[in-house]
Amino acid sequence: MSEPVLKVENINVYYGSIHAIKGISFEVYEGEIVTLIGANGAGKSTTLNTISGLLHPSTGSVAFLGDVLAKVPPHKIVERGLAQVPEGRRVFAQMTVQENLEMGAYTQTNNIDEDLAKVYELFPRLKERHSQTAGTLSGGEQQMLAMGRALMSRPKLLMLDEPSMGLAPILVEQIFDIIADLHKSGATILLVEQNAQMALSIASRGYVMETGRIVTTGTGKELLASEEVRKAYLGG
Amino acid sequence: MIFLNFLISGISLGSIYAIIALGYTMVYGIAKMLNFAHGDVIMVGAYVCFYAVSRYGLNPFAGVALAMLVCTVLGMVVERLAYKPLRQAPSLAVLITAIGMSYFLQNTALLLWSSNPKVFPSIIGRGAFKLFDGRLSVSHVTVLTIASCVVIMAVLSLFIGKTRLGKAMRACSEDKGAAQLMGINVNATISLTFAIGSGLAAIAGALLCSAYPTLMPTTGALPGIKAFTAAVFGGIGSIPGAFLGGIMLGVIEIFAKAYISSQLSDAVVFAVLIIVLLVKPAGLLGRMTQEKV
Repeated sequence: MSEPVLKVENINVYYGSIHAIKGISFEVYEGEIVTLIGANGAGKSTTLNTISGLLHPSTGSVAFLGDVLAKVPPHKIVERGLAQVPEGRRVFAQMTVQENLEMGAYTQTNNIDEDLAKVYELFPRLKERHSQTAGTLSGGEQQMLAMGRALMSRPKLLMLDEPSMGLAPILVEQIFDIIADLHKSGATILLVEQNAQMALSIASRGYVMETGRIVTTGTGKELLASEEVRKAYLGG
Repeated sequence: MIFLNFLISGISLGSIYAIIALGYTMVYGIAKMLNFAHGDVIMVGAYVCFYAVSRYGLNPFAGVALAMLVCTVLGMVVERLAYKPLRQAPSLAVLITAIGMSYFLQNTALLLWSSNPKVFPSIIGRGAFKLFDGRLSVSHVTVLTIASCVVIMAVLSLFIGKTRLGKAMRACSEDKGAAQLMGINVNATISLTFAIGSGLAAIAGALLCSAYPTLMPTTGALPGIKAFTAAVFGGIGSIPGAFLGGIMLGVIEIFAKAYISSQLSDAVVFAVLIIVLLVKPAGLLGRMTQEKV
């Protein structure tokens, strides 16, 4: 196989004295949707924040497109093409929808209007509301905005942290349809989810996390069928 | 007519408060800290301008430009050395550091320039416009002060509202973590905010001392506190709030001096502040932050 887009090798991450990530390794290859599933507190968001450079591993390494990211500050990591849609969306509530998208393109210097048009095509709702402040949007619209904002940086790897959190089931399906569409159009995605059923149903491969460790891995289908995973995460 | 005279002096004094308050409110909005050394940057700016003009014979406006340069660098150095290492520290530690920095600047000024008051030469002379057959006299300094404040407000609003860097500052003020994930260099943005605030403080220093010419190491302290009050009054973190709060504070102060008692004027100012905060805890234009889940 070719060089992975993202290669996480045996990282250990501490929050003070808490050992949050205990030596995990995984890869994401071009064109894949890889999902990290697991319960609350398993260390999924910590993993994403470590990849984004917001947290630093005490040992181990994160390599993106072949380069080790140690000591690269978070804003430079975005510049290299790694975008994260953070947990809880974290849109800039007092800025307009369009300004939020412009912030997503902060690292870009040209063809921003073209990217904006693409995002508006993908999320027509955002176009309708482009001059509204983001705080007035519904939860689902804010999730779309957070995703659109990340796409504005033209990511080579898009990381999504709990995109389904707090959304009504119909909206969850809509968001997952969009993720699947993005994947079809060639995007490489790392998806963190508590909603294991939904995540595995669209994922190429998955890793199951439990208290800071990866306990099982396999293709989306394999994990969906696995007895262990069914019991622990899919309600029997 | 005398009422109009007081009103104009009030707006002029308020304009100085507003320019200083902008520094407080921008730094608070982005770094979420109260930079109590801000008032002393005004004093440093005034001294630089004073020496440049009186000692080295520089054109007063060149003197102000030099003061802005020195204060901009000073603001960035103070942030880098004193506040940046405390980015993750409890806010009380940062507050105490800021108070310490304020005394440090005052005492350094005392060593360098002594406690003897200097008489600051007005940057545009002591002339005045006479209106209504000389019944209303408005000094050039007053006009310059009000005009500067209006121009600064307009330019700053445009910068914050329309430019890429200005929008990045707003993004940082809302959510630094998310701003980093956009590729915004948060440390550089905070540094820029200190630079702008301190540069404005230099202008405020020159204007303040042109209107009230006694310059000594404690010159910046009281206007600094008043401007901080103005920022809280208008809603800390809000730029239009700093403007409105500054102007209102100046007008209230001058009216209280004129119609109530010059000794009680500060008491009246703070009484009004307390009443406003009782009715609107976030200040006149402040937003109570509410998060949608």
